[in-house]
Amino acid sequence: MTYSRRRTLALGLGGLFVTVVPMRVSADAQGLIAAFTGGAEIVEGALHITAPEIAENGNAVPVTVACPDAVSIRILAPANPNPEVCTVHFGPLAGSHSATTRIRMAETMDVIALAEMPDGTFVQAAANVRVTIGGCGG
Amino acid sequence: MISRREFFQASLAASALIGAQGGWSRLAAQQSVHQDDLLRFDTFGNVSLIHITDIHAQLKPVWFREASVKLGAAPVRGQPPHLVGQDFLAHYGLDATSAMAHALTHDDFVALGRAYGRMGGMDRVATIINAIRADRPDALLLDGGDTWHGSMTALRSNGQDMVNVMNALGVDAMTSHWEFTLGADRVDEIVADLPFAFLGQNIFDTDWNEPVYDPYRMFERGGVRVAVIGQAFPYTPIANPSWMFPGLSFGIREQRMQDMVNEVRAQGADLVVVLSHNGFDVDRQMAARVQGIDIVLTGHTHDALPEPLLVGQTLLIASGSNGKFVTRLDLDVRDGRMMGFRHKLIPVFADVIEPDADMAALIDAERAPYLDELTEIVGHTDSLLYRRGNFNGTWDDLICNALIQERDAEIALSPGVRWGPSLMPGDAITREDIYNMTAMSYGQVYRREMTGAQLHGALEDIAENLFHPDPYFQQGGDMVRVGGLGYRIAVDAPMGERISGMVHLASGDPIAMDRAYMVAGWASVNEGTQGPQIWDVVESYIRAQGRVSVPENTTIEVVTG
Repeated sequence: MTYSRRRTLALGLGGLFVTVVPMRVSADAQGLIAAFTGGAEIVEGALHITAPEIAENGNAVPVTVACPDAVSIRILAPANPNPEVCTVHFGPLAGSHSATTRIRMAETMDVIALAEMPDGTFVQAAANVRVTIGGCGG
Repeated sequence: MISRREFFQASLAASALIGAQGGWSRLAAQQSVHQDDLLRFDTFGNVSLIHITDIHAQLKPVWFREASVKLGAAPVRGQPPHLVGQDFLAHYGLDATSAMAHALTHDDFVALGRAYGRMGGMDRVATIINAIRADRPDALLLDGGDTWHGSMTALRSNGQDMVNVMNALGVDAMTSHWEFTLGADRVDEIVADLPFAFLGQNIFDTDWNEPVYDPYRMFERGGVRVAVIGQAFPYTPIANPSWMFPGLSFGIREQRMQDMVNEVRAQGADLVVVLSHNGFDVDRQMAARVQGIDIVLTGHTHDALPEPLLVGQTLLIASGSNGKFVTRLDLDVRDGRMMGFRHKLIPVFADVIEPDADMAALIDAERAPYLDELTEIVGHTDSLLYRRGNFNGTWDDLICNALIQERDAEIALSPGVRWGPSLMPGDAITREDIYNMTAMSYGQVYRREMTGAQLHGALEDIAENLFHPDPYFQQGGDMVRVGGLGYRIAVDAPMGERISGMVHLASGDPIAMDRAYMVAGWASVNEGTQGPQIWDVVESYIRAQGRVSVPENTTIEVVTG
């Protein structure tokens, strides 16, 4: 593969740090997405990721996902050695279809969320989180 | 009825903004400036805001040379606040020899400085604020933060000198950044007794993710409800040592900003002001994305702009740093809307503006316990010493030389902070001057080996913080200053491809990626850093030199495009 990870990120950014449309992701991430969706079509929907633009602590990055009506939401950190973070299932009586967790992140990456909707379709969102060494702010 | 947009255009074309510029040109012709000229302002509308920011504990007048290199990321390059020198003067129609040109740009700094003198001094700032309050007694005084840090007296008194001065000045609200390097406990101790609002909608606790400080305060002014929302520096725990405030999380938190704007509007706010320490480019983006903000009082990036910058229907105000400027913004607010404004960036020429006697006495009292230490002459400089700019200034090179010499290192790293005043050729270098460049609560000088690859990685990482095309991913600060090391930077290249041509200056050899180099640096964000304080290292070096002369840095090649 000739295009670098960095270029992949740049394609996805487009000035917004949260995108709700399917985006180009690495082959590894494609495989993880396909494993969850079973290859089903990914449609547009109201799946939102809330994550810091730059992680204050790469060992515990707070990430919130929310998607009204979702049956389940999976969170992926594709550049981690173990990219599957969690899958949250929502029962029919769930009051709020949102979840917050903290992710350990190995490096700067797009955190990806996938929501399975009641009709069997899937919604995808991504948020770029930068992991930096810090210092020098003034 | 005239639309708001039309009124803004009318205002920009015909208001005091243009008049003020004409005024500056006349002053230039006279080669003299008078207090009455600086303070002249036809009171307008029904609300006045006074903005000061990034004072960095500079109680006394200073020299402060503005940046000659302030590139910014590609999307905003060539636009304010990234214009410098002649481009800045041309954009705002300022005469090159005028007082305002001297205040706002670097060209001919030494020659014009001799004519116009130092700037700042909180006793002069007090005179200006008192004059504005004589016109409009209920003017709101808003401090954008980076106030309790930046001098020996602030460091030794844990910020108390600045707290006392700002209390006497009668601040109505502030936000924060370097304040937290005093430690969260000290901040809370000060805030508990603060007679004004300490605001930060984006400061949360890490355990429960709940807000820690008031997000906003509502004021009644001129029959108008004014909401002031605070925005602390979003990347404080990354840019500064988070172990000093371990329970706090910051971030931009754009959605909460929108929620707060909506909340204050629902409570009847006629005017929504964001008192921000985001940095200008972050504020520009936030103003475009968050709906309903009338005014953003920007901070952090130390930019001074002689006119407001309009983003949609939001005014962005940039009031400089180190006490050089006070912004007065008069507003006509009616029917829950901002109908018009009059703005003036007031330059604080210290030789022109009469010091306020009460404030001068208070400042002297705060300095008295340290006065002998502050005023001791350590050496002299034969060249202009300055820091401000994207890359090494001459003060930075002097500090890096001290690190290499005094700590027997091959390479030096010095933080790319924007604070730190200048010294003119011929000036004595006092201990106070050295502290003004270095004072901080984590000033220990480390000495450790780094491989060429680690150095490259560090430069790449910091360059990404500075030149990321999306402002929300910029961390603030300028490029780390380096000593003993030359490099080439392609600022618009992607991360990992910006830095090339790294050379070890002493030997002239290229930096070897797998070789270890002895590096001395300061301001590590890591807990438990061991070593002497940077101000002692610099003092020892300057004392040994007696006189210093530092040429402009030529070892960093900057490439754009």
